[in-house]
Amino acid sequence: MITSESPKGVELLNQLSKSGDGKPPLGCMQCGLCAASCPLGEAMEFPPRKLILQAAAGNLEKLLQSPSLWMCVACYTCSHRCPRDIELTDGLWPALRDQAMQQGFQPPAELQETFENVFKYGNTLGKSPRQRMDWAKDLDVRVLDLSKEPRPVDVLWLVGCYPSYYPRNQVVARAFARILTELGVSWGVLGTKEKAIGECDRMFGEEGLFETLVEENRKLLDPQRFEKLVVLDPHAFRALQNFYPRFGAWYPVEHYTTFLAERLDQLKRLLVKPVETTVTYHDNCCVGRRCGCYDPPRSLLELIPGLKLVEMVRNRDNALCCGGGGGGMWLDAHIVAHGGHRLSDDRVRQAADTGATTLAVSCPYELSRFEDAAKVTGLEGRLVVRDIIELLAESMDLGERSNA
Amino acid sequence: MNIAVVIRQVPDLIEPLEVDAAGTALDLGSASFIVNESDDHALEQAILMKEAGGGTVTVVALDCGDVDNTLYAAAAKGADRIVKIALEGDPPSAQNAAVMLAEAVKPLGADLVLVGVQAHNELEGVLAPLLAAGLGLPYVGVIRGVKAGAEPGTISACKEFPGAVMARLTVKLPAVLGILGADQPPRYVPVSRIRAAMKSTQFEEQAAAAADVEPLVAVRRLAPPAPAARAEMLTGSEVEVAARIAAILAEKGLVK
Amino acid sequence: MSDRDVLVLAEVQRDALADVALELLAAARSIAAATGGEVVALVLSGDGARYTASLGAADRILVVNDPQLAAYAPGPYLAALEEIVAAEAPRAVLIGATSIGWDMAPMLAARLKAPLVTGCTAIRVDGAGLVVTSSFCGGKMMAEVQVAASPAVLMTLPGSFRPSADAGKAQVETRALSKPLEPGEVRFEEFILPEAGDVDITQQDVLVAVGRGIQQKENVELAEELAGALGGAVCASRPVVDQGWLPATRQVGKSGMTVKPKLYLALGISGAPEHQEGMKGSDLIVAVNTDPNAPIFDVAHYGAEVDALELLPALVEAVQARRG
Repeated sequence: MITSESPKGVELLNQLSKSGDGKPPLGCMQCGLCAASCPLGEAMEFPPRKLILQAAAGNLEKLLQSPSLWMCVACYTCSHRCPRDIELTDGLWPALRDQAMQQGFQPPAELQETFENVFKYGNTLGKSPRQRMDWAKDLDVRVLDLSKEPRPVDVLWLVGCYPSYYPRNQVVARAFARILTELGVSWGVLGTKEKAIGECDRMFGEEGLFETLVEENRKLLDPQRFEKLVVLDPHAFRALQNFYPRFGAWYPVEHYTTFLAERLDQLKRLLVKPVETTVTYHDNCCVGRRCGCYDPPRSLLELIPGLKLVEMVRNRDNALCCGGGGGGMWLDAHIVAHGGHRLSDDRVRQAADTGATTLAVSCPYELSRFEDAAKVTGLEGRLVVRDIIELLAESMDLGERSNA
Repeated sequence: MNIAVVIRQVPDLIEPLEVDAAGTALDLGSASFIVNESDDHALEQAILMKEAGGGTVTVVALDCGDVDNTLYAAAAKGADRIVKIALEGDPPSAQNAAVMLAEAVKPLGADLVLVGVQAHNELEGVLAPLLAAGLGLPYVGVIRGVKAGAEPGTISACKEFPGAVMARLTVKLPAVLGILGADQPPRYVPVSRIRAAMKSTQFEEQAAAAADVEPLVAVRRLAPPAPAARAEMLTGSEVEVAARIAAILAEKGLVK
Repeated sequence: MSDRDVLVLAEVQRDALADVALELLAAARSIAAATGGEVVALVLSGDGARYTASLGAADRILVVNDPQLAAYAPGPYLAALEEIVAAEAPRAVLIGATSIGWDMAPMLAARLKAPLVTGCTAIRVDGAGLVVTSSFCGGKMMAEVQVAASPAVLMTLPGSFRPSADAGKAQVETRALSKPLEPGEVRFEEFILPEAGDVDITQQDVLVAVGRGIQQKENVELAEELAGALGGAVCASRPVVDQGWLPATRQVGKSGMTVKPKLYLALGISGAPEHQEGMKGSDLIVAVNTDPNAPIFDVAHYGAEVDALELLPALVEAVQARRG
């Protein structure tokens, strides 16, 4: 139990828990399950348990300046296991990071640049908004730009920053566009007006930036008429489902795996080509552990003819995070410099141990993280990384075609 | 110390710049603007000096290129006063900007005026020394790092020379410095503080002084550079390009 | 003195003639050839006689000696420069975009109410005036500027002109100013040299240069691996040094080092003029940048529009494979 408390620290902790879903941090019984479960816990000066202890005792300065504050990759393992249901990942960490920045402690430089990119350009990559639709250049299916031609659609697909700009992910965006069309869904996108949803900014502690993005996204979405939002990014899903409503912005939203898994019968008929490969599926943290959604991705994979699905030892709620959340995408250097390591390196080894030759993912960060990790661990050539969308598209015979 | 900082907005080079129909000026209609990098460093330097030795920081800017966001960020970083000078018509030349800014800076009675040593869209005028001339103050530029001087009424500044060599200078105040870099990179200020500044900060809005310095040069033509001797571009995947580069290097005897 | 002459500020920095002086003399020569005038070099220092031997490409070498000019301070330097230029009344004054040049060129132009053009890469005579080609907007825009009035103060981008071996008349003239120079409000104290013990990138045959495109500090290690495989060292553009990912001794560019290695491999560097200045003399330049419009491709011999981060490990492998 926490035995020494400072009024100031207690007040802060109470404040921090106000807007969250979980129970107050002061209910912590210091059991240490969080620190033991955290994949980077050993490297942290202040794992979750100590964050609460030190915050309550009023040792905020030390805590807020510690590099350990920027080592959480938002894998939700601690929150998932906390016997007191304390909202650690979504509540405590972002709030403490926000507090650090408010008090003038500088976040790692790579994160600063990410914030500035999102603030200026609406995407984390620092690319021009005007290039946001380049992924759809010469695409063989029609992409309805709802910002230019608004009309009611079944699905308003929020493409996301990485699928829009990052070459490896643009392939996935194009494949999904083809799948939606093949399914006869009426769909559209927001075109170059689309902006980041801001989940990562919220998790990094940039509450103000997140609020700004909620406002801007409301301006984009409220005038549109759609049955549901579909996203490729589990982080965006989590933010739209759980954080946006706290600002009064409620939209029906589904992660693409759920959306497609509602159409298994239709898909089954369209999956014409066998994909002969042994696949293991990596459960992403947001849709997986945090939202408890493990079956839809598996149903999709098992539907593909010729595909054999095997499980890693650590699967479902016990999956090991790729290390990309909570700022991790930009903090590998910081984490390694302070005694941590890249979780994606461990994960690809775990995938290879199953005997699988394909690692299937459903989160945009994971493609590049696991491909990099495969190169670094010498697994390149033995393990390919593909999004479920790519496997489906291949089986539906919807590959890259010329427009001739 | 009473420090004045001049901030400018410049076209963001993330987009290709466009030239107007006449072909002699930039078409800024579709350009987006960001703070001039060295002015951002000048602001950081001013805030650092205020944090170290007390005093006030006043930011002065012409109202062009969506400057408001930058000014709110400056307030959030700790600027005490923000003076915004209303403009009519096109953004002024460096010479005219210097006249307008000097008029606004003069009454501040600043001990030190910091402004970025250059802006990438300057062509036939450099604002920093022109501003100094307009204020009748001494000037030195290409400065990286400023501290309070050992003698009262002075500051100590480092002027950057090639080869990472610095010249340490003592400057008698009041003076204008052309900043290349601050003692540390411009700080990050959380968006919530900028939003708070948007609600609480009042800009002191002023009219611009009359400035009609005639240009002494004429731009005949503006265009993106024609790549005279452009690189031979290697195509393919990263792995293919790597193989080709390695082959080229081997050919030239660079791989041993 | 004549408005057909071209005057070059032959800067002295830390007791040596700046490299830029010789290329400015060559630029001046081509203008003077068209105007029928002379190339005049101006040396402002404590003891200018030491430098005149290197200025043989000039027709007249004006030496102004004053103790106030022994170390650069803008006040006396500008006073001397202004007086000489006013007396000489040349067609143009060529000043390099150096640390001293960035002070002197605009201040001189303001004092003389003369036209100024910065970023000059080419100058030619056009009737009674000059037409100057200038690079600005980070190298993404070129301007052709007409300058009618004289003298024209032209601040040139170092590396734009090639020094020539041609000799001029090389008449040395020691000039006295109308009165001794006063110290100004800016006083030179001392030079602060970078810490020794690090790699001297100017002596390397192979340089692997990293820019903003490497994104994170840990990727510098990858670059070091490649540099090691090629027997060279890592250097960087200014933003990387500003972030503290490499020390200032590794900085290439106007405010860093000028390098001329056998191989300059530019990874994720946009190649703004300030950087180009420091490396365009390299024998072989290979540049990698995802931006097809990056100015670096204008000086590189080979280029590729791929991600430097993706390329690095592949290139390390490819090079190691060749080493066998």
